[in-house]
Amino acid sequence: MPTIPKRWLIAVALSGVTLLLNGCARHASTGGASTRVVVNYWEKWDGFEADSMRAVVDDFNRSQDRIEVRFLSVSGVDTKLLLATSSGHPPDVAGLWSENIPDFSEKGALTPLDRGMAKAGIGPDRYIPLYWDLCRHRGFTWGLPTTPGCVALFYNKKLFRAAGLDPERPPRTFAEFEAMSRQLTFVEIERAGLRVRVSFDDLTPAERASRKYSLVQVGHLPQDAGMFLSGWGVWFGARFYDGDRRILADDPGNVAAYEWLRHTAETYGVENLRGFIEGFGVAQSAQTPFLGGAEAMVVQGPWMPNFISKFAPGLEWGVAACPAAVGVGDGSPVTLAQCDVVVIPRGAEHPREAFEFISYLQRQDVAEKLARAQQKFTALRKVSDGFLENHPNPSIKLFIELSRSPGARYVPRLSIWHEYDAELAVARERVLNMRYSPAAALAEAQQRVQWKLDRVLRRWDAVGSERTAEWRSYDAW
Amino acid sequence: MTPGERRRTVVGLAFVSPWLLGFLVFTGYPVCASLYYSFCDYDVLSRPVWVGLLNYQDMISDSVFWQSVRNTLLFNLMALPLGLVSALTLALLLNQPVRMRGTFRAIYYIPSLVPAVAGAMVWLWILNGRLGLLNQALEAIGFSNPPQWLVDPAWTKPSLALVSLWGCGNTVVIYLAALQGVPQSLLEAAMIDGASPFRRLVHVTLPAISPVLYFNLLIGIIGGLQVFTSAFIMMGGAGPERSVLFYAIYIYQNAFEYRHMGYASAMAWVLCMLILVLTLMASRLSRRFVHYQGE
Repeated sequence: MPTIPKRWLIAVALSGVTLLLNGCARHASTGGASTRVVVNYWEKWDGFEADSMRAVVDDFNRSQDRIEVRFLSVSGVDTKLLLATSSGHPPDVAGLWSENIPDFSEKGALTPLDRGMAKAGIGPDRYIPLYWDLCRHRGFTWGLPTTPGCVALFYNKKLFRAAGLDPERPPRTFAEFEAMSRQLTFVEIERAGLRVRVSFDDLTPAERASRKYSLVQVGHLPQDAGMFLSGWGVWFGARFYDGDRRILADDPGNVAAYEWLRHTAETYGVENLRGFIEGFGVAQSAQTPFLGGAEAMVVQGPWMPNFISKFAPGLEWGVAACPAAVGVGDGSPVTLAQCDVVVIPRGAEHPREAFEFISYLQRQDVAEKLARAQQKFTALRKVSDGFLENHPNPSIKLFIELSRSPGARYVPRLSIWHEYDAELAVARERVLNMRYSPAAALAEAQQRVQWKLDRVLRRWDAVGSERTAEWRSYDAW
Repeated sequence: MTPGERRRTVVGLAFVSPWLLGFLVFTGYPVCASLYYSFCDYDVLSRPVWVGLLNYQDMISDSVFWQSVRNTLLFNLMALPLGLVSALTLALLLNQPVRMRGTFRAIYYIPSLVPAVAGAMVWLWILNGRLGLLNQALEAIGFSNPPQWLVDPAWTKPSLALVSLWGCGNTVVIYLAALQGVPQSLLEAAMIDGASPFRRLVHVTLPAISPVLYFNLLIGIIGGLQVFTSAFIMMGGAGPERSVLFYAIYIYQNAFEYRHMGYASAMAWVLCMLILVLTLMASRLSRRFVHYQGE
């Protein structure tokens, strides 16, 4: 057998080692002919939302010659960011959701921005208070807003008209919302051997009791609730957390919301509702009941017109504040708010340059350019003169008003919010499947989430003071 | 050791060193690290804090942990016997001297080549309560109210057990190989003695292939306790009312969604112990029911 020369083996082995080391090496942040510092930016958006941010990044790169921001659209950005941060190689900037901030900051994944903001003159007076709050946790600021959101009631004017309702008169009270929802519900049922479509209200009591019909159009689906499926409690005045050590999943407001869910299941039938939903596809696609013209009203955010023009351009829609239960909001419109934020992960290679970029995003003209491209509004208090006139989203004024309403709420700033949300979702399913009473389902959720919070607090009690001192002393600016 | 032997040993070790290195880095270290983390409060980002047996104690009071154990065992009680019997039945049929036997064997094997995710997506539509092929077929033959397979908590586990049959081609191939090895002389002797086909199956074929039955049972138990993909793809994780929150999914949720890596590590070690115990139990049983040729 011919032998391979030893020097060849050594050469091959060395090449392999070189390739391996090159693959493991941290990418040089300044390279080639460019002397610019490269700021890597991971963002959760794709499609038109990513394109709009890419345009802003291009503007920033053109506006100066020291920093080059490299934009990367990353799916599952929260999980990937945590893993990258734990490995010591995070991007310099990341786009997250505001509800990530408590969890990520407590776990030490983010850089506190307060000192940098003080030097740059960025403070709370610049922002709508609610969105400023969403960027903060445990007395520190962890991110800055990109595009905020809140929800309202979108409705299909054509379906309103067909049901004999005034398409310019959306529901103003919760009772009206309920009544209209029922008026907008249609079923298919067999009568005299023929399959006929009738209004739900036209069913005889016997037909209703038999449940032998299938829903073909609904006024509103409680399962279809925009941002947070468990957020219905907000419209019933629920509190979710006492801000300290107690979870309030079984708050009377939440119980009232779940009673309403149960009432919906009782009215239309568990299997009928399940069957109706199963016929549709995933959210933000042409197969949602609302975009498919089978649901008359849906709670969604300012991004919805974008999806309507993309997936259902013929849909004739209107939008109004989603009415709350009696006595909730003290007459002010109620909404649930959330915010897209940019953060600087702990261990970022170029925090100063990253901060310069996220400060740029806070400029009125830049924030408004991004908001306009995404058909949203900005988190800034000030609205420039031309912003509303030239805005492509005809309903944007309503969303701005809602976000400034005293009735605007957000989900609790808890590091275990995702787990809390999951427990509330299980409770909701149990209620909608009529297997648990609202009180029993929420009592179990309360016990589970409290147990989880106690575990988190146990750790925080052990490391909290050390961590707070570390954050207080952080100053890379 | 002579210089020649030493040289051969070194060369041999050099040749297996990539595998050894890979094993140590990608398996050995994570296994040891997970054992350590199982005694820590660890969220991946911050330094692990030693908490002793707390994670194991937490498991006892975690009702969802017990629900995941129940779901996994119930699913296995459905899927494992169903899978073993179906694969054996198919293998027995495909072992018959019929025309186009090779084609039939290929047809039953092909689904196991389909990637698990693609298969799950197809089944998602087949089992759709309103538009799915299965319910359309059931309605066509007179079932007026067929199950809502994927959204009714009572039906989600049976649905996934049904889906698990889709990939039984691999097991069928193993059975087929074993069936080729059943001594023809024993079968002929039984036939001369007047044994019916059923008695030949029970008293000759099954004992002869019992080592393979045992192997498939073990593989089925190990794989079944780690069931993940179909539920994760088709039900988005836990399914309605956590009805398909299997053990492996709950580990995943704790490790990567909730970042309780210490707790997830402890759960993984409990699963490892559970598999070990069940394997030992199966091994004990095998002494009575498994016959090896030559023994």
